[in-house]
Amino acid sequence: MSYTPKMNELIQVVEASRQRRYAERHARLSPEEKQQLLEAFHPDYRPDTMRPIKVGVSKGSVMPHELVDVLESRSRLDPDRFSSGKIDYDVDVLVIGGGGAGSSAALMAHEAGANVLLVTKLRLGDANTMMAQGGIQAADKANDSPVLHYLDVMGGGGFANKPELVEALVHDAPLVIKWLEDLGCMFDKEQDGTMVTQHGGGTCRKRMHAARDYSGAEIMRTLRDEVRNREIPVLEFSPAVELLSDGEGTCTGAVLMNLETEEFFVVRAKTIVVSTGGFGRLHIDDFPTTNHYGATADGLVMAYRLGGRLVFLDATQFHPTGAAYPEQIVGLLITEKVRGLGAQLVNVYGEQFVYPLETRDAVSSAIIRECLEREKGIVTETGQHGVWLDSPMIEHIHGEGTILRSLPAMYRQYERFGIDMRKTPIIVFPTLHYQNGGVDIKNDTSVTTVDNLFVAGETSGGVHGRNRLMGNSLLDVVVFGRRAGVAAAEKARHVSPGILSLAHVKRYHKELEDSGLAKDKPSPMLLPSYARHQHVPGADPAV
Amino acid sequence: MEQDSVRIFIMGKGYEVPKSLTIMKAMEHAGYRFVRGCGCRGGFCGACGTVYRMPDDYRLMVGLACQTVVEDGMYLTQIPVFPANKATYDVEKLRPGLSDMVKLYPELTRCLGCNTCTKACPQDLDVMNYMAAAMRGDIAKAADMSFDCLMCGLCAARCPAETVQYNIAILARRIYARHVAPRAKHLASRVDEVSDGAFDQALDEVTKLTRAELETLYNERDIEPE
Repeated sequence: MSYTPKMNELIQVVEASRQRRYAERHARLSPEEKQQLLEAFHPDYRPDTMRPIKVGVSKGSVMPHELVDVLESRSRLDPDRFSSGKIDYDVDVLVIGGGGAGSSAALMAHEAGANVLLVTKLRLGDANTMMAQGGIQAADKANDSPVLHYLDVMGGGGFANKPELVEALVHDAPLVIKWLEDLGCMFDKEQDGTMVTQHGGGTCRKRMHAARDYSGAEIMRTLRDEVRNREIPVLEFSPAVELLSDGEGTCTGAVLMNLETEEFFVVRAKTIVVSTGGFGRLHIDDFPTTNHYGATADGLVMAYRLGGRLVFLDATQFHPTGAAYPEQIVGLLITEKVRGLGAQLVNVYGEQFVYPLETRDAVSSAIIRECLEREKGIVTETGQHGVWLDSPMIEHIHGEGTILRSLPAMYRQYERFGIDMRKTPIIVFPTLHYQNGGVDIKNDTSVTTVDNLFVAGETSGGVHGRNRLMGNSLLDVVVFGRRAGVAAAEKARHVSPGILSLAHVKRYHKELEDSGLAKDKPSPMLLPSYARHQHVPGADPAV
Repeated sequence: MEQDSVRIFIMGKGYEVPKSLTIMKAMEHAGYRFVRGCGCRGGFCGACGTVYRMPDDYRLMVGLACQTVVEDGMYLTQIPVFPANKATYDVEKLRPGLSDMVKLYPELTRCLGCNTCTKACPQDLDVMNYMAAAMRGDIAKAADMSFDCLMCGLCAARCPAETVQYNIAILARRIYARHVAPRAKHLASRVDEVSDGAFDQALDEVTKLTRAELETLYNERDIEPE
């Protein structure tokens, strides 16, 4: 695979400018410059990418077309034919979703003595948590404090974040790092046990903890191992396809589908935690994505039908550095840690065009501007735009061996395709990375508009405002996953099992019909369809 | 056959696919829709372990479907799940060294030293030697050497001694991180401060600031040098 002769010529320009750039520090954007950049180039600001939703509790809110499509769809179930006569599982706490948030919730609810069932669409641990490379933030060093962390989160989020959620996030951050350390999660440490911490985009202190560049994987496999050690019941390949309610706005359970046999199962639960992740695989605005196969917004769809309010869903995070070459890995994440370690963003003339650790929305916009407006980017054989990320600068700064030691996953990803990122720069372009918004929750993760329903992790909205900082999503899933588990178990103590109905779905269907929106394709989508002849991102029925 | 395509055999059936595709994208190109055998699509989750053979070669090769490019004549099948033995334990009560490892996984000592596991690892880990370290009770070495493991299960699928290398590896890593690596003292003291409510008042105040006040604080905050 490796680079084409034309690319190799361009690489010489990058190499020739490296020594000069080594001493050079690109100016940071002023608040005004940043605002102008975002308005001109960020997909969130383009009017053609979104529309207002016509039904439901957040009617009139503007969201990406691909999300509105699945929200304005019918259930997979016919509410008139549903009968709750047979209850297949009867539990205190039902956790839907087996990623970082769901696993943390299950562990805490179990510890609180609840009878827990965890159900998940793919395998336990098949989640974006597993893929997070960069790290997890926590203000646990002497020169840092939760208040400084708070300021960074708010600034990154455009000061729109929900304060009580940010307060919870930064308050619990040191507690969850300790919890993970106690569980035997292998963080990078100095000889004396001091956590190795780095900057991330938008941080004022070095508070990014990592486990090499498998940070999310290390956290996820530790949580998964612990769920199995505690023998918490887990149903894999069994996504929830609808929540059940008492007909009055209280959640009472869920209907699951066995993905392989397509049988439905009824779960009755006193409290329900939804932690199904985000919407990356809806391919908003047709962007490639870093997200795992199952990120199809299932939780948003189900919670919305039951009256969960949706917030900040007009803000999508495009990670500035997705792989743009070779073709096989287009869209995959190049962790921010690469820039954190000193790699600069460079155009075809060997010039820097943005300070590499601006917030993600600003860096993404700067790369789009460099390619599409200034035409100083690379265009690959398949027509993919990109700019150079000068990875060899890392070893220039920190010495030989740094990349193998600190970025083994990244190195391996390129080495498979004949590219040695220690010696040659790599080509990057923004990729759809994170759903900033989601279901509106309180700081114990309870949904503001539905009783006995809790939402944690990427499915929720408000924690990150309009833009999440690196290292705050792993933190989010563990902080709010734990809070969800504690709150759901506590609430379950005071709740009797409710009646199981789809009355809310019936009402939602009526509203769809009244708005002329009775679509044929049901949602949640469950899995995207990439099989040949079927690829219609965002519009395909599953299974 | 077109110049830019190759012929591959998915569980015995032949398909023509573009030659630059990964096995995963080639299977989708052939019309497959994954339920199992597909997870993160980026080489982190180990859901797509694949066994294949090339024509005129008796050897079984392995790889992750999302990371391996198809080759002409490739004959493949997926191993999306492996029914592996997993011990359960309370990590806090374990002690570093050989005895707890062997108590939980007695089959550890059955290792024949045949190196099949190393050859099977799609992450190019030295599996046999991290197992050797585990058998010496060298928890630190086993943890370090196995760190990049994705738990795809291909090693265990091929092991003639029927050991489950990846479950032994995570046990080693958890024991290492819990009992061998020194604890972070700054973390413990910060946890004490948070638990004593040392930041509660300051956090409460900052949540009540107006947007303008917050913006001023944010823009004026000092940034730790790199």
